[in-house]
Amino acid sequence: MGLVAMVILMLDFIAPKGGRDWLGYLSILGVLATFTTLMGQRGATQLAFSGQYLSDPFAFFFKIVFLVSAALILLMSIGHLKSEGIDKGEFYGLILFATLGMMLMVSAVDLLILYIGLETMSISIYILAGFLKRERRSGEAALKYLLMGGFSSAIMLYGIVMLYGLTGTIGLREIASTLSADTASNPALILAMVMLVAGFGFKIAAVPFHMYIPDVYEGAPTPVAALLAAASEAAGLAILLRVFLVAIPELQDRWTLLFYALSLLTMTVGNVVAIAQSNIKRMLAYSSIAHIGYLLIGVVAGRELGISAILLYTLIYALMTLGVFAMVILLCVGKVKGERIDDFTGLAQRSPMAAAAMLIFLLSLAGVPPTAGFVGKLYLFGAAIEQGYIWLAVIAVINSAISVFYYMKVVVAMYMRDLPPQGLTLSASRPLRVALFVTLAGTIAIGIYPGPFLELARASVAGLW
Amino acid sequence: MNVLQFPILSLMTYLPLVGVFFISLLPKECKGGVRWTALAFTIADLLVSLWIPVYFDQTTAQMQFVEKVSWIPSLGVTYFFGLDGISLWLVLLTTFLSVIAVICSWESVSMRLKEYYAFILMLETGMLGVFFSLDFFLFYIFWEVMLVPMYFLIGIWGSDRRLYSAIKFFLYTLFGGVIMLLGILAVYFYHGAQTGVYTFDILDLMKLSYPSTPILTLLGFSFSFQDLVWLAFFLGFAIKVPMFPFHTWLPDAHTDAPTAGSVILAGVLLKMGTYGFIRINLPLLPESTQHFVPMIMILSIIAIIYGALVCMVQTDMKRLIAYSSVSHMGFIVLGMFALNPQGVQGSIIQMVNHGLSTGALFLIVGLIYDRRHTRQISEFGGLSKQMPVYATLFAIIMFSSMGLPGLNGFIGEFLILIGAFKENYVWAAFAVTGIVLGAAYMLWLYQRTMFGALENPKNADLPDLSFRELTTLVPIIVMCFWIGLYPSPFLSRTEASVNYILARVHKQQAVAEPALSDSTQLATGHIEACAKPCQSGPVLPVKGPALDHAGASRD
Repeated sequence: MGLVAMVILMLDFIAPKGGRDWLGYLSILGVLATFTTLMGQRGATQLAFSGQYLSDPFAFFFKIVFLVSAALILLMSIGHLKSEGIDKGEFYGLILFATLGMMLMVSAVDLLILYIGLETMSISIYILAGFLKRERRSGEAALKYLLMGGFSSAIMLYGIVMLYGLTGTIGLREIASTLSADTASNPALILAMVMLVAGFGFKIAAVPFHMYIPDVYEGAPTPVAALLAAASEAAGLAILLRVFLVAIPELQDRWTLLFYALSLLTMTVGNVVAIAQSNIKRMLAYSSIAHIGYLLIGVVAGRELGISAILLYTLIYALMTLGVFAMVILLCVGKVKGERIDDFTGLAQRSPMAAAAMLIFLLSLAGVPPTAGFVGKLYLFGAAIEQGYIWLAVIAVINSAISVFYYMKVVVAMYMRDLPPQGLTLSASRPLRVALFVTLAGTIAIGIYPGPFLELARASVAGLW
Repeated sequence: MNVLQFPILSLMTYLPLVGVFFISLLPKECKGGVRWTALAFTIADLLVSLWIPVYFDQTTAQMQFVEKVSWIPSLGVTYFFGLDGISLWLVLLTTFLSVIAVICSWESVSMRLKEYYAFILMLETGMLGVFFSLDFFLFYIFWEVMLVPMYFLIGIWGSDRRLYSAIKFFLYTLFGGVIMLLGILAVYFYHGAQTGVYTFDILDLMKLSYPSTPILTLLGFSFSFQDLVWLAFFLGFAIKVPMFPFHTWLPDAHTDAPTAGSVILAGVLLKMGTYGFIRINLPLLPESTQHFVPMIMILSIIAIIYGALVCMVQTDMKRLIAYSSVSHMGFIVLGMFALNPQGVQGSIIQMVNHGLSTGALFLIVGLIYDRRHTRQISEFGGLSKQMPVYATLFAIIMFSSMGLPGLNGFIGEFLILIGAFKENYVWAAFAVTGIVLGAAYMLWLYQRTMFGALENPKNADLPDLSFRELTTLVPIIVMCFWIGLYPSPFLSRTEASVNYILARVHKQQAVAEPALSDSTQLATGHIEACAKPCQSGPVLPVKGPALDHAGASRD
């Protein structure tokens, strides 16, 4: 199953270098082909590669998120790369490689495969982050991400090694079966768990492991930042769920407590710091940190409801955040980079449709109904309340009220400030239009009729334990 | 049941959205077309809504014109619209004021017309949706959806500090909203855990009684599960009302909103809060409602007196009227939490009255603002000589707002005070001072602007009201007289629903205190002795329809 995906992705990468647009389209085709193959395996559970690779509904759901994100990011990139002067074939290939890594990660039921997938993804993104060779901050972003990523991988690897040393196996289920109530209080095991939490914390950019994220978002090419926000953090979350729920459920009380603290800290810091940002990419970075905080609520709540809420929210978050990034790309015309919030000034008069689309994405990020973001948050906060984490839910809703403040800053710029005299005309390339349309349609559709998506998310977590 | 066999409520809710669609098709330059389209759709909506009181069955407390369709079955969300005596007049108020909002913006708004009217129409959809929704999910969606167009109306077409006021309005109400969402989720999961049925259906959720044994002690007060849920809802609604400590967004929002925005804000949006209390807090969480009555009473009395006192020192006409809303809304909450038929009926009719008279007051200020582009009281004086028609209409509306007999305000305030007296005469005594103060600040405002010598030369050649301007004020004044002189069609249609809700609130006490019926009958007699035409009728809690209310209301 995943084999087909890999073969297609590899072929795509090896295909002619120094390419033009058609390489991008070819990549999209590859993603779509993988998607079709994936759809054929809906609902099936199958072990492959001598029990190291599991394609189950849980992985299936995340793979959909990754593939949809990858396709949308490729669509956005096609015109953007040309205008940024980085129109190279490797870009598409690396995006595909990163996607491949993510798909490998979510299907791994073995710590080694998991680590390989993680590194495949990370290394691709290190390179992508530095793709704007002529810009210093892109280089800075890449270096920062590489150092922090390497550091966090090492910590995680250390945790993995300790886990292996304690249990003598790297299979997630085998680890769980060797652990018992007695061993659960083993200090070495707890240390391993803490290491894993820290390692994953870096990958998903939870506070206090988030420092590199704003610089990376700001410096990296916009589609790469979009990839980070929409897919890579979701992938980190996916393996986090699998490792903690499948391998060390014995320690659930302890790691729930850790994630409780992380969740609180992450969403609060993310939202509060986002208020002060004037660069929209930095703002989105902090907003993504805040959303990781919301998502961790699902981990804390655990159980079927919490986990399925996470799944649904990653899909929703991917759609809405990609929409915002697509808007940033749309505004990137000539000298205007679309990065400062001021660049959005007067957009409602220049291009009412674009402004309306942006408005819907921002409302969705803020969790205002009837958008998808609301359904996602309702489900997440609901999971917390069901498990009795009332205070966490209270803090979360206060946070989402805070978040409205900075999202509305962009709305104020778009609608309530006058058009600057040198207003440029916007011209969206066709692929970008498609990307915007898909994200917008998704954001509205899940908001108004979330039924089928909820069902899918619920069905996807059923066999996780 | 739905007597019309036709989804009239959905038609009303989404008709304005059709208008938005048509407006978006019109070219930017076609300003007349945009205005007329907006007017046509709001009038059409008003005409449709006029069918409702005609077909409304006032003998029952059940939901009428019900539409119920499964929406998200896995979460227990239904698309559930219905209407009863509580929402009936608020719905008509909404469609009525929407028409007025369109007319009053005819000349005063000339910038970005398409967006402006689109937002007004969207706002109408949101408001109607809130009044019709009987499913928490749907209710919350409309509740929040309503904020967005209002935010834009203030933020784009407002005056001086519009950005600040708009975001303040948005954050305050959103904050209240999300806390309310927690309350909704708590009720949802409790109901699910107890009965195995996960549903957002408000009527179904009311069938269960929520635990009122203390589970949490904070600062010496103990709270039960029901109390906490009650407080979550309370916060959401109290910010909207706004009740005393949460009112600070209101003067800013009102002052900076365009006239139509203020009219809708005062006329309908504030009523969402009191509507929420009576639709949700009272019947869903009856024990906690009684538990918190003293707190509510204290807050309302503070709002009544403090609001009135603050009015006295305002120099800006719009701000003055905004603070008078705080005072008047305090009355409405006071009457509601007297928890007897007179108080609650009075507060419902007063919601409509306040919508009419305060809406009209904002129109009055808007008219003068259009002419002079200032709202400072000190800029005016002696206008009655220059603008006699304006001064006359202003006077009538002022009297309506003060509660002069013969006009609508009197009916509401009178009933509310009776209700309050029956519960506790101290509360009523405090509340009465609010009326006195209300008369003081309104008369003083009138005196400073209308009477005296016409000293400011800028006021010397102000034109009196045009025909268009008259069409905004005269219908409101007609309604004020109608409710003031012949309120029984209004009161009789709310009665069954009010009795049903009170029966729920008093479900234990009705058994424990048989004396209740005596005292209420006494009060009813008192009303009749006053020769008021209000038909408060039998006030004994109605048992029959009450018990199978929710079940029988299904289509």
